[in-house]
Amino acid sequence: MIVLGLETSCDETAAAIVDSDRRIRADVVHLQLADHQPYGGVVPEIAARAHVEVLDSLIARAMTEAALPWSAIDGVAATAGPGLIAGLMVGLVTGKALAATLDRPLVAINHLEGHALSARLVADAPFPYLLLLISGGHCQLLIVEGVGRYRRLGTTIDDAVGEAFDKVAKLIGLGYPGGPAIERAAQTGRAARFKLPRPMKGRPGCDFSFSGLKTAVRHLVHDLAPSGTTVSAVDASDVAAAFQAVVADVLEDRTANAIEQFLVEQPPSPTLVVAGGVAANATLRARLESLANRHGLRMIVPPPRLCTDNAAMIAWAGVERLTLGQRDPLTAPARARWPLAGE
Amino acid sequence: MSGPLTVIDLADLAATERLARRLAKALRPGDFIGLTGDLGAGKTTFARYVISAVSGRAEEVPSPTFNLVLVYAFPHLILWHVDLYRLRTPEEAYELGIDDALAEGVALVEWSERLGHFLPEDWLELRFEEAAGQTRRVHVRPHGRWIGRWRVLSDSL
Repeated sequence: MIVLGLETSCDETAAAIVDSDRRIRADVVHLQLADHQPYGGVVPEIAARAHVEVLDSLIARAMTEAALPWSAIDGVAATAGPGLIAGLMVGLVTGKALAATLDRPLVAINHLEGHALSARLVADAPFPYLLLLISGGHCQLLIVEGVGRYRRLGTTIDDAVGEAFDKVAKLIGLGYPGGPAIERAAQTGRAARFKLPRPMKGRPGCDFSFSGLKTAVRHLVHDLAPSGTTVSAVDASDVAAAFQAVVADVLEDRTANAIEQFLVEQPPSPTLVVAGGVAANATLRARLESLANRHGLRMIVPPPRLCTDNAAMIAWAGVERLTLGQRDPLTAPARARWPLAGE
Repeated sequence: MSGPLTVIDLADLAATERLARRLAKALRPGDFIGLTGDLGAGKTTFARYVISAVSGRAEEVPSPTFNLVLVYAFPHLILWHVDLYRLRTPEEAYELGIDDALAEGVALVEWSERLGHFLPEDWLELRFEEAAGQTRRVHVRPHGRWIGRWRVLSDSL
């Protein structure tokens, strides 16, 4: 089975072609780089117009890369939410038009489901498994019981962890994106120099909170560099190391609670999947891996290319759903808010 | 046209919640509430209290920074929680569809200054500033029709 996937839920426009033998036949993403930005980086493609302008050529590019005729496509998967409604509409309507024209089934995919199932595109991950989803917009712990069956154990009550990385990087004068910048600076930093709060640590449950940590870093920066000045490179490294150590502690603490809950159910092949852009951080990954190993869990982290927003995971979620005979009508709506699972 | 500035000291989170509740009661479709102030000043916390007050229960209100817009559709009022932090130009911000928000409900907009000349004529601006510890100071400036409404509302605080 070969599925074309489209992703337009937030910043990026992407198209990919994936088959049921887990081969990524094509994977194309459009980035809008701007050189006139104060911090560099990627401009969010918030305008539906921006998605419209590039999506057609991205799909054509993906078909060329895969060297496939249209008749080889067995289904079309498009992200239908959650995200910005205008962008979602562009991808979903394009997906519907292709499905109708090719006379192939459409699957309307939840973007978070794409992340949740992405591990199965790169490894044997039998259900159920525990998922830690850590990205710019999300911070959740879920039990993935099967395709379409997700149980949320906890989520952030305020900021997502990737957002905390970006905002702290900005506060200490590091570049964008904040994740890699902090990881780099932290390598030479002394984490023990500063005492920062460890939000939610030691509390029962699996919820997260990062807003107070951000504010604590702001206070620290204020003390290190009176208004109008910037923190020195040494101070920035030390703050970055202290902040990253706190995030590692908190993720470990919350995930440990989740593992405890998960193991009660005696999963036959206990596995922890870590997905989302923040999974690219090697320090956090190492801490989570040692935690998983201590509890007898195997850890799977999809490669960075599949952890940031991409269409390959959407196409793969399409493969999974079509394999089970699930498809959506051409009237399927785009949904700005679409929680993967309730508590 | 802009009205006079009111400076309010909020001693703790309970005081922030009280102000949010008072404002929530006055909200109606078409209202634009701009929330400004530095990172960590308390914009999202205030928005969370407003949204929970409108819904009548503790709502899950994640930060909208990455998603840019999160919509809360309650039976009696639709709230758009918007965050312009990641945007650079007023044109980008305008593309988010804030006009649509105002046509159907209330827009709670963080970093509203990034809208530049797309700011509406009638709006209420709350600029948050961190004082000591949990204390916050909020500078309230009404614009256009909000001048009269804020006068009434502030009398009842």
